[in-house]
Amino acid sequence: MTEQTQTTACDKPDLLKVDDVTLQYKTPQHLVTATYKVGFTVQESERYVILGPSGCGKSTLLKAVGGFMAPVSGTISIHGKSISAPGPDRMMVFQEFEQLMPWKTVLQNVEFPMRATKKFGRAESRQRALSMIDRVKLGKFRDAYPHMLSGGMKMRVALARAMAFEPSMLLMDEPFAALDALTRREMQEELLGLWEQFRFTVLFVTHSIEEAILVGSRILVLSPHPGRVRAELDASRLGFGEVDSAEFGALTKRIHGLLFGQKLEAVAKGI
Amino acid sequence: MSGASLDTRTPQSRAPQPRPEFEREPIDASGVGDVERPLGFVERLTNNDAVRRLAILLVLGLIWELYARWIDNPLILPTLGATLTTFFGDLMNGVLIDRVATSLRSLLLGYFSGIFLAALFTTVAVSTRIGSDVLATLTAMFNPVPAIALLPLALIWFGLGTPSLVFVIVHSVLWAVALNTLTGFRSVPETLRMSGRNYGLQGIRYVALILIPAAFPSILTGLKIGWAFAWRTLIAAELVFGVSSRSGGLGWYIFEARSELETDRVFAGLLAVILIGLIVEAVIFRFIERRTVLRWGMQR
Ligand SMILES: Nc1ncnc2c1ncn2[C@@H]1O[C@H](COP(=O)(O)OP(=O)(O)OP(=O)(O)O)[C@@H](O)[C@H]1O
Ligand SMILES: [Mg+2]
Repeated sequence: MTEQTQTTACDKPDLLKVDDVTLQYKTPQHLVTATYKVGFTVQESERYVILGPSGCGKSTLLKAVGGFMAPVSGTISIHGKSISAPGPDRMMVFQEFEQLMPWKTVLQNVEFPMRATKKFGRAESRQRALSMIDRVKLGKFRDAYPHMLSGGMKMRVALARAMAFEPSMLLMDEPFAALDALTRREMQEELLGLWEQFRFTVLFVTHSIEEAILVGSRILVLSPHPGRVRAELDASRLGFGEVDSAEFGALTKRIHGLLFGQKLEAVAKGI
Repeated sequence: MSGASLDTRTPQSRAPQPRPEFEREPIDASGVGDVERPLGFVERLTNNDAVRRLAILLVLGLIWELYARWIDNPLILPTLGATLTTFFGDLMNGVLIDRVATSLRSLLLGYFSGIFLAALFTTVAVSTRIGSDVLATLTAMFNPVPAIALLPLALIWFGLGTPSLVFVIVHSVLWAVALNTLTGFRSVPETLRMSGRNYGLQGIRYVALILIPAAFPSILTGLKIGWAFAWRTLIAAELVFGVSSRSGGLGWYIFEARSELETDRVFAGLLAVILIGLIVEAVIFRFIERRTVLRWGMQR
């Protein structure tokens, strides 16, 4: 098992259940099948990573969980209830920096979901926002507008905004892909630090094997387009301390093999 | 960075000299002072668009005065002095204020009705596909029609007076604002839309809290263009109304002055037209811009 500490609710530990989900895009010219019969379950407090080559339908899958897209077949349910529309119980964090509202300050941005959904009162929203902004080390910038922030800082705001709301589940679509390598590493550590503190559930999409192992406690590997389940692996033992360990290297190699097949792996070894 | 290695380098030896590596603590940065500091008075003055425009205005006024004195024919071109005297004279005795007030009354009525209709149209257009088709067709049809060309029709329908004026002003505002607002709505980034819907925002709340602020630069452009169109249309329409109208706007003031060959009064009227245009553009819209899109970094 991954996290023994949190499995008190043994009777229903499954938070998200994705069952045989096929997702398609209909364009005027084509019908594109993004994923085909994908199924997995995410448990409470799990860091669940979806990993796959570009174009395999990871973002599409996340959009469907977010409620922005209905499956052609199969069901997606959260807390046993089937998903029909976007909702604040599933907070999305995107890769793009435009997800922040440029007309609001950092503080107003973080407060916005709490106020717009009326989940928290005015004073409580303010207080939660302030403490989360401090937590992501942006206290000095809380009255700055997003255009005055660097990319990494904007990402921190987006993270703080989602976290302060305390959703049932955090949906993150390659949130750190647009950052430079140093900032990305910093943000990964930040995310893990926050997780240690709050033990939230996160569904995290990436196409970096290393990021998947570092961030994830469980990794779903998808096949190339159309996305189908290739494997589900456990990575809960591997974190930043184990980057240079043999186990880390072995898992990396194994995932590499799963993603690109034996042939390519042989080529990679040859070089 | 060490500058010493540069001095020892001769043009002949292109290979870099070996230099020792070093590590050190970053120097104390507290000497930088405040991260933000208010700009000095002169800096702020020259940064102020209104002040810069005023300076340009003064230069133009000087050229006018000198040229008018040189040709010395008040019937063709009165001096700036004479124009200003008439201007302030009419301002003091209330004639000009009366005229401007009459004009502004029809203008504001037409302008805000136009904006209201534009808001209605675009709301329908963003929420339904047929609505967006209707708006696209109507805009394509009516946007190129000069408002003044509709004046004869307005006269037939509404007769002489304010309703006709309001009609042509609405026409000149509506399409410009609707077109710009719709373009603005359409170019709101997908991520921003998705995060808005993620918070469960729908319908009017979604439009008001996400779409309108996100599209505000375009909307503001539409409002500015609409204002310019409306002001032009109004003065022109009042000029055409001319003799037969007793409504007495600024256009009528100019027309009256022309028929009595008081060229300085014609200029005084034009000056009022320009001044009001400038005030709205350089003060009111500039103020809104500074408080919104510029502060938000959505426009530079
Ligand atoms: N709006 C769309 N309309 C039509 N087809 C789409 C659309 N978005 C994605 N697709 C198709 O769906 C498939 C999966 O796309 P998706 O964006 O989910 O991939 P991804 O796994 O997120 O890739 P990446 O790692 O590059 O982000 C692709 O083949 C893509 O062409
Ligand atoms: Mg993607």
